[in-house]
Amino acid sequence: MTPPMVKAEAVHKSYGRLEVLKGVSLEVQPGQVMCMLGPSGSGKSTFLRCINHLEKINAGRLWVDGELVGYRQSADKLYELRDSEVCRERSEIGMVFQHFNLFGHMTALENVVEAPIHVKKVPKGEAFRQGKELLDRVGLADKEDNYPSQLSGGQQQRVAIARALAMQPKLMLFDEPTSALDPELVGEVLDVMRQLAREGMTMVVVTHEIGFAREAGDLLVFMDEGVVVESGDPNEVLASPKQERTRSFLSKVL
Amino acid sequence: MPESVTTGTKSPAMRPDEIKAVPVRHPGRWIAVAVVLFLAVALADSIATNERFEWGIVRHYFFSSRVLHGLVLTLELTVLSMAIGIALGILLAVMRLSPNPLVSGASWLYIWFFRGTPVLVQILLWYNIAALYPRFSLGLPFGGPQFAHFSAASLITPFRVGVLALGLNEGAYMAEIVRAGILSVEEGQTDAAQSLGMTRLQTMRRIVLPQAMRVILPPTGNETISMLKTTSLVAVIAASDLLYSVQLIYSVNFRPIPLLLVASAWYLIVTTVLTIGQYYLERHFGRGATRELPETPLQRLRRSIFSLRPTAKTPSEASGERR
Repeated sequence: MTPPMVKAEAVHKSYGRLEVLKGVSLEVQPGQVMCMLGPSGSGKSTFLRCINHLEKINAGRLWVDGELVGYRQSADKLYELRDSEVCRERSEIGMVFQHFNLFGHMTALENVVEAPIHVKKVPKGEAFRQGKELLDRVGLADKEDNYPSQLSGGQQQRVAIARALAMQPKLMLFDEPTSALDPELVGEVLDVMRQLAREGMTMVVVTHEIGFAREAGDLLVFMDEGVVVESGDPNEVLASPKQERTRSFLSKVL
Repeated sequence: MPESVTTGTKSPAMRPDEIKAVPVRHPGRWIAVAVVLFLAVALADSIATNERFEWGIVRHYFFSSRVLHGLVLTLELTVLSMAIGIALGILLAVMRLSPNPLVSGASWLYIWFFRGTPVLVQILLWYNIAALYPRFSLGLPFGGPQFAHFSAASLITPFRVGVLALGLNEGAYMAEIVRAGILSVEEGQTDAAQSLGMTRLQTMRRIVLPQAMRVILPPTGNETISMLKTTSLVAVIAASDLLYSVQLIYSVNFRPIPLLLVASAWYLIVTTVLTIGQYYLERHFGRGATRELPETPLQRLRRSIFSLRPTAKTPSEASGERR
């Protein structure tokens, strides 16, 4: 049996005295698209950052594709992974950020080929060929020589998606990918994400786009105050939420 | 009923006339121009007619081999000590930002000492290091085996002391400049690089530092120009730099003014060259930061010559061309 792509067991995370995650448990199967909904400050983004070890968790266990994130377990002892091992784990997980975070001093194409060349050691010619293909796939073949500051928000976010895909990840994390975009530009980014979902990419998406969650999501998780309040099939949760907290949140965003 | 908002008035017939108004007069500006012009002419007249400037002597020594040798040494001192300063500065800045309190503390202590004492004192201290450590040896400390010995006196030359003292001092200043640059790069850049699996070193070298350069470069250019002139301090330990060379000459011929003018002119020339170099470096590292690269002075000159041609353009056309 293939292990779940993401498995969280009672994940806790605190910053100093502030506990942001208070025991999150969930599973995402390979090929599934999980959307995470919830008010700001509910811990969605923090949970996402824990999945690729940008944040260390304080308690609980987190696995990606059957591998413990950030640690190695032998007998009942946990060993911290070395930097290079953490980097290898991260290189297999793509991440897309709310504010794109494109490398400002590089053109669109240079952004896309940076990690394949320097992390995966793909030969340059090969990396550039794949990079151009990816930019074509997100509809930006003609923008490869543009710097991020010369692109619109939607175009920047599509480059960011291409950059993450260039590492051929087995899992993609999206941290509110459309929240910083003009309403007109949201569609082009969601289109690319829908296409990815159709191609069978496993995705965890923190979003406020209810429509996307409904049609592209296989699983919807509603979080509040560091815990999962409700989860299940998006259509069911959205149509008839069981928890009062979910209902009051949805009534405000729908 | 009149419409309050007209939509889509694109037809040229609707465009109102260009504004032609009588400009405001500025008599104050004309008075200022007259004053500045008068002072400039008076200064030029005094420089040209005051024989004590002794321009003949200036001309005579301007390319003399002793002056040129001094100039070369000054340039070498500047380049080497800035190289040490920049390398050390990057190291100290990265140390300063380390989460390890011992490492960042060491960096803090270094900066505290070297920024807190006059560089002239540091030069003299290094020059007299032999009084403190007569011998240097290479080997294991606390009485372990020694592989090589040097007497301090044989290692210490005015030039080496100059490079060392100026470089170590510069490192402290550069550390703060580099640190400011690193902090100016958004955290999101580091997040993105790490999420792609880049190591800390790769992230620093390929993502953070290149973008920090935009903030680091202007003050570094400033430091380089400042260093060019600070090197003249090594005259106190008899390193034959530009200043010391002209001092040697005028101690014999008793013509300090023209010879100091020779030195000043050379310092000015090198500073000018450095300023131009800095402009192009900043332009190079500014790529991606602005939508369009700023024009080089040559491009600007070319454009203004072309736009001066008699083919009269309306102001809107001329500005449209610039976009």
